[in-house]
Amino acid sequence: MSVALFRIDDRLIHGQVVVGWGQTLGIGFIVLVDDEVRSSDWEQELYRMGVPPQVSVVFTSVPEAAEQMAAWQADHRKGIVLTGDVETMARLVQVTNGAVASVNVGGVHYREGRKERLRYVYLNDDEAETLRTIGSSGADVTAQDVPTGTRVSLAEFLA
Amino acid sequence: MSEQLTGIVLAHVDVAAALVSAVQAIAGTDHGLAPVSNAGCDRAALSARLDAAIAGRATLIFADMPGGSCAFSAASYARGHGKVRVVTGVNLAMLLDFAFHRDQSLEEAAARALETGRSSVTVMGGGA
Repeated sequence: MSVALFRIDDRLIHGQVVVGWGQTLGIGFIVLVDDEVRSSDWEQELYRMGVPPQVSVVFTSVPEAAEQMAAWQADHRKGIVLTGDVETMARLVQVTNGAVASVNVGGVHYREGRKERLRYVYLNDDEAETLRTIGSSGADVTAQDVPTGTRVSLAEFLA
Repeated sequence: MSEQLTGIVLAHVDVAAALVSAVQAIAGTDHGLAPVSNAGCDRAALSARLDAAIAGRATLIFADMPGGSCAFSAASYARGHGKVRVVTGVNLAMLLDFAFHRDQSLEEAAARALETGRSSVTVMGGGA
């Protein structure tokens, strides 16, 4: 079964992930790859509160995620691996060497310097370039906020 | 008399504005509640939105669902601000009750919101 979704979402573990994708995919685990949350027991506790008890939640750094990726891919349950930004996903793709076959851009919201690409995707030029790099490394990069939404290709939303 | 509490309704998309409008329609204008939406916000932007709405006042935040981005932001914000508490699972009954009981401590108001909100969830009617 393994990792069913690699997602970039700056709201991290929240309703769209747990309810929208989680219920649709029937997931058994969520991995949040985020250095800040990894180092905060309090935030981890908070994020666990939002997840049903039957779904395991794992908090890791990028190197830790790289070490555990093979185990997650062999897991009999389906899982979601999340990063809070484009750059962290790029590092994950790089260090896991082909393990990330596709990347879902699920939510990158407005900040100064970012330009609207889709209603839920705002990117500055560096972030857009980083996504192109992820795409050219072989991963299929698409944007889609919720399972019932339209999947938009990288070429389309960066056009 | 102590400072009247402020209430912030923090919810997805248009829910907060709709709830505050409903309170206004039922209770009148002096309800002490303001809506904040998470629309278009990442965590930092939502925290900034909350900060502007709270403006240093003693505030009870009514967030929508535990486990959602609104509740996370509210809980993170409250951790760094002593005069802020958070309840989740906002409903109209708890907001209406708050509108008429703003002259309380934050702890009292939070406990009261919990009780009112919970007791307003019922099963009614039924039968063939």
